[in-house]
Amino acid sequence: MSATLTMKPEATAEAEARAKVERAEIDASTRLPVVLFYGSAVFWLLVGTLFALLASFKMNAPTFLDQWGWLTYGRVRPAHLNAVAYGWASSAAIGTGLWLMARLCRAPLRHSTLLIGAAIFWNLGVLLGTFGILSGDGRSIEWLEFPNYASGMLFVAYGLIAVWAVIMFRFRQPGHVYVSQWYLLAAFLWFPWLYSTANLLLNFQPIQGGAQGAVNWWYGHNALGLWFTPIGLATAYYLIPKVLGRPIHSYYLSILGFWSLALFYSWNGMHHLIGGPFPAWMISASVVASVMMFIPVVTTAINHHMTVRGNFQALKWSPTLRFTVFGAMCYTLSSVQGIFMAIPSLNVVTHFTHYTVGHAHLGLYAFFTMIMFGAMYYILPRVVGWEWPSARLIRWHFWLTAVGIGMMVVVLSIGGILQGLALLDPGVTFMVTLEYTKPWLFLRSVSGILLTAGHIVFAVSFTMLLLRVGVRKTEPTLFGSDQGRKPERLTV
Amino acid sequence: MNRMPVIVVGIFLTFLSSWIGLVAYPYLNLGRFTPVTDPDSGEVFPPPMSGLAVAGQRVYAASGCVYCHSQQVRQVGYGSDLERGWGSRPTVARDFMRENPVFLGTMRTGPDLANIGARQPSAMWQHQHLYQPSVVSPGSIMPSYRYLYRLQKIEGQRSANAIDLLPPDAAPDGYEVVPTHEAEALVAYLLSLNRNYPLPEAPESSQ
Ligand code: HEC
Ligand code: HEM
Repeated sequence: MSATLTMKPEATAEAEARAKVERAEIDASTRLPVVLFYGSAVFWLLVGTLFALLASFKMNAPTFLDQWGWLTYGRVRPAHLNAVAYGWASSAAIGTGLWLMARLCRAPLRHSTLLIGAAIFWNLGVLLGTFGILSGDGRSIEWLEFPNYASGMLFVAYGLIAVWAVIMFRFRQPGHVYVSQWYLLAAFLWFPWLYSTANLLLNFQPIQGGAQGAVNWWYGHNALGLWFTPIGLATAYYLIPKVLGRPIHSYYLSILGFWSLALFYSWNGMHHLIGGPFPAWMISASVVASVMMFIPVVTTAINHHMTVRGNFQALKWSPTLRFTVFGAMCYTLSSVQGIFMAIPSLNVVTHFTHYTVGHAHLGLYAFFTMIMFGAMYYILPRVVGWEWPSARLIRWHFWLTAVGIGMMVVVLSIGGILQGLALLDPGVTFMVTLEYTKPWLFLRSVSGILLTAGHIVFAVSFTMLLLRVGVRKTEPTLFGSDQGRKPERLTV
Repeated sequence: MNRMPVIVVGIFLTFLSSWIGLVAYPYLNLGRFTPVTDPDSGEVFPPPMSGLAVAGQRVYAASGCVYCHSQQVRQVGYGSDLERGWGSRPTVARDFMRENPVFLGTMRTGPDLANIGARQPSAMWQHQHLYQPSVVSPGSIMPSYRYLYRLQKIEGQRSANAIDLLPPDAAPDGYEVVPTHEAEALVAYLLSLNRNYPLPEAPESSQ
């Protein structure tokens, strides 16, 4: 570990005080963009959740609200996906990413107009896109359903953010580049490239159908692997050491984890098309790359685990850490699950079933979304200058979402495996494969209600913080006593 | 790892490799098919799509059928697609050369539709099913697409394209249910889905 990030127990009180002032200045400089992106994220979380419930209920009761094209399952479902992926998850990622960037560059945020412009374009894009899907302008290309008038706006917003990130990085204070910064810089540069290539070849100047599937899943998988994952990991790499006041276990493992992720993840896409109409080498390359993902996943898991080791009691008092460690563990879990799903003999069972949907939620929700919640609990009070109103609300938020997502993944996995085994057996009629899934799809709706309740609790507490409800607190809102720990023991 | 150029170049190169393999390669090799003409019959495969079918493809996209239906018959050894009668041979890249967008799909809440036009060639059946899936297929969770149909008063003769519906959806006396242009197009598209023709790279057609 380099000097800037090591604990400095011997640091003088004066130096500590100076670092504290510096941090406060940086935090204040990020206020408007962070609040804008976080506010939009929470708004879209609620909208996306509403669509999710609707989609889920429609699978239990297909006649529910079936008289309008606007609310047909085949539109509500992509509206859900896009609202949560671009509205919630990406906005939360950008808000977190830009705060981390400013802190780690140890420079007040500059050119905030770029970011404010990006936030406006972003929200307009998601709004128009969601509307477009509901009104029948969606193209049914998974993860790229937004019509061109909306994706164009998102691209402009991404472009502004990438430019901003490069400027910030150029003007960082000299010294050590922290692990999280590699991930952030990479994500901010990969995404515009990824998004523009895919939209160009699939939506603006569509290529022949035979080639579209490959580009579609190159995009779909990289949106998860090279956009959400690096930002989720950057956040975990920052928050875990920060809250515990001890450095990351091994710098070298971090380097290995980063470059192996960059190399192997980008090649994963074709594992969504195993058995499909593509040359065998393309599918094999993705299967091999998927299995190679063991390297980044295991190194990251070891690195995080060894950092927390001996300090698990901190999960009792720190909301940030509880959400973040939950998310980091689910990263390992969903990645290992994904590796097995890419092995053809197992893929043949899970492909085309609800098991995949369970996996998607383990990844984008249990891993990414939970880490974003953790980040918001850490960042918002520092940026706004007001503590979270109530530990009890945070506790409800945690348990509703943790139990809800746990249940969703379990029931979709069981239902999916039953469905998959039945589909494999040509002696079982198709209608019977459908019957196997019905009870589990019902339980999925129940788990969705838990998640919805959790999101409402979170939105209430978020709004109370922004409105500065209650009395000013001098101490962070924790679940209990932190036994004299000082959360800001690392300088950056 | 403190130097910006090293990081940025690495970020660029790793990603470039997959861009070449999974974007540029398919663009150059799977994106430039031409149809094949059968020397005996003179037929062209894959057959050109009618204008109505192309319009129906857009309705299929707008309605989100792809979230429940795949359109690909996997190769032997990958599932029971062939045994289920979803096609007489696995689908290959050339089969999709006229599709835009392509609806390969990732979910089989409903059956594969790569060859639905061969399996259910009756337009009337398709309309009845789209209007009332759970009446035609008891237990189905496919949503009704009644919003693509119109209930109208019978003026003189019953329209030629009126749909025969079973209770509880049957039109009241003096009324009839007719497909909108979108429903006609969608069904034309579904009936066009028949990939059981032979191709040089996929000859084992039983057709
Ligand atoms: C919520 C999932 C869902 C959606 C969305 C959906 N379907 Fe279905 N579809 C099913 C299920 C389940 C079946 C099997 C039971 C049945 O025949 O209704 C089915 C069956 C079919 C069949 C008959 C297949 C056969 O082998 O007999 C056709 C044709 C069909 N769907 C077309 C469509 C079209 C066209 C759309 C879009 C306009 C669509 N479906 C949207 C779930 C869905
Ligand atoms: C109330 C909570 C939620 C419910 C009930 C729910 C339900 C659903 C449903 C019904 C689908 C379609 C599945 C299908 O095709 O059969 C879906 C897909 C998806 N949802 Fe959610 N969802 C919820 C929250 C979220 C959140 C918060 C996220 C991400 C941040 C998320 C990410 C996804 C993804 C990535 C998919 C696509 C899966 C695929 O690619 O096949 N969901 N969800």
